Amino acid sequence: MATLTLLQAVNDGLKTAMRRDPSVYVFGEDVGPKGGVFLATEGLTKAFGKNRCFDTPLSEDGIVGAAIGMALNGLKPVCEIQFQDFIFPAFDQIVSEAAKFRYRSGGQYTCPMVIRTPYGGGIRGGLYHSQSGEAYFCHTPGLKVVIPSTPHDAKGLLLASIADPDPVLFLEPKALYRSVKGEVPEGDYSVPLSTLRTVREGERVTVFCYGAMVPQAVKAAEQAAAKGIECLIVDLRTLYPLDEEGVLEAAKRTGRVVVVHEAPRFCGYGAEISAMIAENIIEYMEAPVARVTGFDTPFPNTLEHHYMPDDRRILDAIEHVHGF
Amino acid sequence: MTATQPISVIEESGAINGHAHGLSKQELSHCYRTMLLVRAFDDTCLKLQRSGRIGFSIPNKGVEACQVGAASALRKSDWIFPSYRDFGMALYHGVKPLDMMHNMYGNAQDSAKGRQMPVHFSFDAPIHFVSISSPIGTHIPQAVGAAYAAMMRKEDTVFLTSFGDGGTSSLGFHSGMNFAGVWKAPVVFLCQNNGYAISCPTEEQTASDGYAIKAKAYGMPGVVVDGNDLLAVRKVVGEAVERARKGGGPTLVEARTFRMGGHSTSDDPTRYVPKELVEYWAKRDPIERFERFLAQAGYWKKGDRDRLYDECMQEVGAAARAAEETARPALETVFTDVYADMPAHLRRQGQAAFDLAARKGDASAGDGKFPL
Repeated sequence: MATLTLLQAVNDGLKTAMRRDPSVYVFGEDVGPKGGVFLATEGLTKAFGKNRCFDTPLSEDGIVGAAIGMALNGLKPVCEIQFQDFIFPAFDQIVSEAAKFRYRSGGQYTCPMVIRTPYGGGIRGGLYHSQSGEAYFCHTPGLKVVIPSTPHDAKGLLLASIADPDPVLFLEPKALYRSVKGEVPEGDYSVPLSTLRTVREGERVTVFCYGAMVPQAVKAAEQAAAKGIECLIVDLRTLYPLDEEGVLEAAKRTGRVVVVHEAPRFCGYGAEISAMIAENIIEYMEAPVARVTGFDTPFPNTLEHHYMPDDRRILDAIEHVHGF
Repeated sequence: MTATQPISVIEESGAINGHAHGLSKQELSHCYRTMLLVRAFDDTCLKLQRSGRIGFSIPNKGVEACQVGAASALRKSDWIFPSYRDFGMALYHGVKPLDMMHNMYGNAQDSAKGRQMPVHFSFDAPIHFVSISSPIGTHIPQAVGAAYAAMMRKEDTVFLTSFGDGGTSSLGFHSGMNFAGVWKAPVVFLCQNNGYAISCPTEEQTASDGYAIKAKAYGMPGVVVDGNDLLAVRKVVGEAVERARKGGGPTLVEARTFRMGGHSTSDDPTRYVPKELVEYWAKRDPIERFERFLAQAGYWKKGDRDRLYDECMQEVGAAARAAEETARPALETVFTDVYADMPAHLRRQGQAAFDLAARKGDASAGDGKFPL
């Protein structure tokens, strides 16, 4: 076991995938010799050659469109969109094409591929280097949406995504790239998609979170514990398809739920969790579901610390549902 | 029309004036019969739509030579990334009218299991005729990616992607052309310039001198060909295919033709196409032109057209009757093929839909038990 940052774990996952499967190809803007703007693909061109890890023209539509073609014709493309904020030219390719090929061709044509992209705030990136667009994609049948929050999961979920027979959008919390470290097994392993991770046990309040919000929720839970409120923290890690039964079980255990995400509140992922609980287990609930989210504004720059949910806002919500 | 003169082989008279086409009588006959089969399929679908038996169709009258001429330059191991007005390419390579008719009816035998609108075909044999989607131009960079995969495996497969004049304004056209130029990918971009993108004429689509010239900006050859001249399309696409196969990179071919019907059965072209333009192109019918050539070559005589067209109509008519009698897809097909393995939430939704249909009495015998 090596101790790696989340970014190093992604890099290790890519290398592992490329070693185990010669049909894995990695490409995107600046991912070749430079190794990507965050260095997630550092060393891959040197290790595997410029055919298997390479730069593309600056066109997200072209990157994802070409990845789909490669996947249709037997490769396992793992393409990078430099920032999730720039993915929208490829929205048509992802939503209309990759996610629908299997369905619309009756299984004749499929798109086993991964789109990696850094998302989220916390780096003073302003409107266009900070967004959390997961809700747009979780509304797309045929697509899988994965967000790791630890180095172990980053590598294991990435390897599972690359091995998956369907297209996966792999969102990497850039705020955690270098700020979290953890033990990562060497070589090949995988963390199954559509499974939850219990981060912390507790019986009073359940906190659902993912990505860069997980460490914030843990900090809030430590403060809550000091006040006698033990929280069950669940890292969703695959947002779609979600382990819905696992979510409902975790909600039932405490009857008090907080959902945390960076993305705006309206029609955000938390709305789905909240509706799922209301529809299925309302009789177990002791308090309304509380959502701690970004504001319904574009993502600000200088004042981003007010926009992004943090331990103090999460703690407020925990205390609110606990005292309801 | 623009200043660039399209390459032509068959003159309106039918003479080919010294051009060597290099095709056997058998190949020429297959091209001819396929064009008639396209027209028969087209005519039949229009009647089926107008009589309410199918919901929708895409007319192909006038563009048969583009489709068949281009397809004839491909091997069965090559791939086609088609638009929705390209089914003649599939027919040329042996896809059966019955398999296409199953799609027109969206029945249980349809390769897309009734999930798509009519004319959105998907075939993986006898040639890869990749599943068609409705958004314009999305398939263009996909063809380039598929070509990259073939390059990496050192295969000599060629990838033909086809689109209309309107498609050249799409994001996918520019990204696909650009990627193919940079990668020197074995792709033939076939722009069938049929004069209109639904109702929008060329001068509202682009300010450039036609479409082939756009190739220059992407570092590849651009060629204009007379799209109503099957042998010219075959020659130009054939040269592009061979260049791609030998590692010479991509080509953009602009085939100038005219769509003699509406954009679809939901469209009325008399609202936007001048009558004189239709009359001009009616005199330039691609099938009649090919017949004049075949007659001069001694391969065609009066009466062949009616006999062959009747044969095609009978085959297509029988296909339509068989497709109409085929059951609709089972209810479970709404929920399958979303993912390789059905997630739990789709099992729940499928079971609920099945239970409701059973309770309301509108389940079909073929629906079966939902697989839980």
